[in-house]
Amino acid sequence: MITAEELLTRVRDLLAAHPPATTAPADFLRARFDAGLAWVHYPEGLGGLGAPRALQAVVDGELEAAGAPDNDPRRIGIGLGMAAPTILAYGTEEQKRRFLRPLWLGEEVWCQLFSEPGAGSDLAALGTRAVHDEASDEWTVDGQKVWTSSAHTARWAILIARTDPSLPKHQGITYFLCDMHAPGVEVRPLRQITGEAEFNEVFLTGVRIPDSHRLGAVGQGWAVARTTLMNERVSIGGMRIPREGGMIAPVAAAWRERPALRTHALHQRLLELWVEAEVARLTGERLRQQLAAGQPGPEGSGMKLTFARLNQEISGLEVELLAEEGLLYEDWTMRRPEIVDFTGRDAGYRYLRAKGNSIEGGTSEILLNIVAERVLGLPPEPRDDKDLAWKDLAR
Amino acid sequence: MSAPFDLLYSEAEEELRSAVRALLTDRCPPAAILARVEGGRPHDPGLWETLAAGIGAAGLLVPEKLGGQGAGHREAAVVLEELGRAVAPVPYLTSGVLATEILLGCDPSSAEAMTLLREVASGRQVCVPAVPLTLAPGAPLPTPVRDAGGGVLSGSVGFVADAVAADVLLVLADTGLYAVPVAEVSLTALVPLDLTRPLATVGLDGAIGTRLADPATARAAVAGALLAGAGLLASEQVGIAEWCLTETVAHVRTRHQFNRPIGSFQALKHRLARLWLDVASARAAARAAADALATGTADAPLTIAVAQAYCSGVAVRAAEECVQLHGGTGMTWEHPAHLYLKRAKAAAAALGTAGHHRSLVADFAELPAP
Ligand SMILES: Cc1cc2nc3c(=O)[nH]c(=O)nc-3n(C[C@H](O)[C@H](O)[C@H](O)COP(=O)(O)OP(=O)(O)OC[C@H]3O[C@@H](n4cnc5c(N)ncnc54)[C@H](O)[C@@H]3O)c2cc1C
Repeated sequence: MITAEELLTRVRDLLAAHPPATTAPADFLRARFDAGLAWVHYPEGLGGLGAPRALQAVVDGELEAAGAPDNDPRRIGIGLGMAAPTILAYGTEEQKRRFLRPLWLGEEVWCQLFSEPGAGSDLAALGTRAVHDEASDEWTVDGQKVWTSSAHTARWAILIARTDPSLPKHQGITYFLCDMHAPGVEVRPLRQITGEAEFNEVFLTGVRIPDSHRLGAVGQGWAVARTTLMNERVSIGGMRIPREGGMIAPVAAAWRERPALRTHALHQRLLELWVEAEVARLTGERLRQQLAAGQPGPEGSGMKLTFARLNQEISGLEVELLAEEGLLYEDWTMRRPEIVDFTGRDAGYRYLRAKGNSIEGGTSEILLNIVAERVLGLPPEPRDDKDLAWKDLAR
Repeated sequence: MSAPFDLLYSEAEEELRSAVRALLTDRCPPAAILARVEGGRPHDPGLWETLAAGIGAAGLLVPEKLGGQGAGHREAAVVLEELGRAVAPVPYLTSGVLATEILLGCDPSSAEAMTLLREVASGRQVCVPAVPLTLAPGAPLPTPVRDAGGGVLSGSVGFVADAVAADVLLVLADTGLYAVPVAEVSLTALVPLDLTRPLATVGLDGAIGTRLADPATARAAVAGALLAGAGLLASEQVGIAEWCLTETVAHVRTRHQFNRPIGSFQALKHRLARLWLDVASARAAARAAADALATGTADAPLTIAVAQAYCSGVAVRAAEECVQLHGGTGMTWEHPAHLYLKRAKAAAAALGTAGHHRSLVADFAELPAP
């Protein structure tokens, strides 16, 4: 197993051969991927070195200090956080070689075609159909997806569709890699409460997907999707943030710089939230240390819940703190942003966008159910949909 | 950014935890605590002896050359977690932490102070500071005790925790710090909210003490002890909260109403999931405070204020949820939930309230009041 020191040597070799100051960012990123320093826990040849995951921090720290370019994870977050680990776990050798490199380099942006108008929290109820054609060994997909972030910039999508409606809903689902440029894929912006369209509706009409773009076995799509969803929820807890990183930063700055805004009532709330943000930071740090020590704790499932609540409360406080200024909004022009930028925008935007934090990637209610059942071992809700064929479910 | 805190437990810490937990499970079950509390003598000297001398808990914070175990705040925090989990009525926070820290803050060349420290570290003597339990780090230190000359002390101090179990009291007087044998003072037991950490008023009327430190050293030592005590109390609060959560989850899984375990109702599942999150967060905050004390980082006062501002509320809420979700059983004297509620609520006022610690956060983080 490769050690931290050996990794550092490799990073320094990379920096020496491709000095960031004189190398085009794209060239540097390609060299970094090929040196196995993209995601060090991935296998050799796929951007990694089969090293312990915890050592990524060593690489990132050294590269950041040297001013190396990064691949803008905010722009390609769905690919990095969700598509990649799923392809790594379930993909064929060919799929891994085809997709992982352009994904990491940001040459191909990914989106997630999971939610449907009739299937959100109850994702396994989805109704988008995929039918296999023996002759061409292709699938034909028909249906509608919704709330699809980045569909307008994405080159590829992870997609789940129903391949056997006569089975109970968790069975009969198959997982695909869908070409967003294929005929029959139509993306329509869906304007959201911030005024812009970060997510979309996606209509799939007779879309042809070759069987070689199926991920995992036919009918095993739910198991594959669980890998995606798990990665979606933990990707947030693994981040290392400095004290006063995140949403609390602009509020604390406003408090320090503009004494005229201060009131006693706001002071108490600010201090409470400052303390909670610091505790959340420490909880995330403890989780990271547990993962690094190979004792993964259940705290990961909780971090998304905590951040959603805190982001909403802090941004709500910020709007109030700004008094008259809080009554204004930067710009309602309909835009289709490439990235979600929480800190570069004004307080009103933060307040509105943070409302999505408790909905996207699983609502807080669903996550609380998961914590209660999987962490605390409380009994599941009584349910009557488990053994019914999907086609017989109430809709 | 400064080096991150080590927020995990070491193997040695886990071994210490097992030893303390095994002892408490065996010797300090809730029924036994209740029986003692009803008899008006909550402390169990035999249990204390085994914990303090047998396991060596009393001397964890004391270097080996001064007669202690040479461990540190991280280990003391683990002991406090277990004592909280058991609401154990032993004078650890007062003798093993507060008095010990005060003595460690005295001039090492003071033979009297170092002799007493050895006695305390070995568990042979229980020594508690004669200060109100509510006294907070960063707050002005009162000196209600006057020296009439030559260490003849007069005055009275209220709300002194564990004084009834003490052999020696540490008294902060206008002329310095004194060690005063309990035989020299009058103790008036108060009726405490928290039955497991008894309170008394200490009356000094010409009591003769041994001077351990001059006024400036004494005040600095007490201030430092209050800071460490507040930081470590967070771990006791984590232990309290954890017991309450575990016990409540176990109860709602087995208690049936409406032909279902009540733990299958989503209203309760969500409450308990949120509580679990808060307890997990409190653990990170308390570990950070213990590690900050152990390493003596410049961050320590802020990290301790954060831990106290956060953990006291979590312990109280966990105990309140424990009572509520046990229904009528939770309101009974026989069920131990009330012991935890009383300890949690009193601990929230001990060594500074959450509000006090938030105002310290305001100072350290430069977020001043209007
Ligand atoms: C900003 C944003 C970006 C998104 N991006 C994507 C994306 O890129 N790809 C994608 O596939 N999806 C995406 N989503 C969709 C998201 O995953 C769903 O909105 C979410 O899972 C909730 O589903 P729903 O909207 O159908 O609400 P519903 O499931 O109808 O829920 C409505 C309310 O009922 C509650 N509820 C539902 N079931 C239960 C239950 N069993 N117990 C208690 N309460 C319950 C929910 O918590 C919620 O409050 C995005 C959503 C947002 C807001």
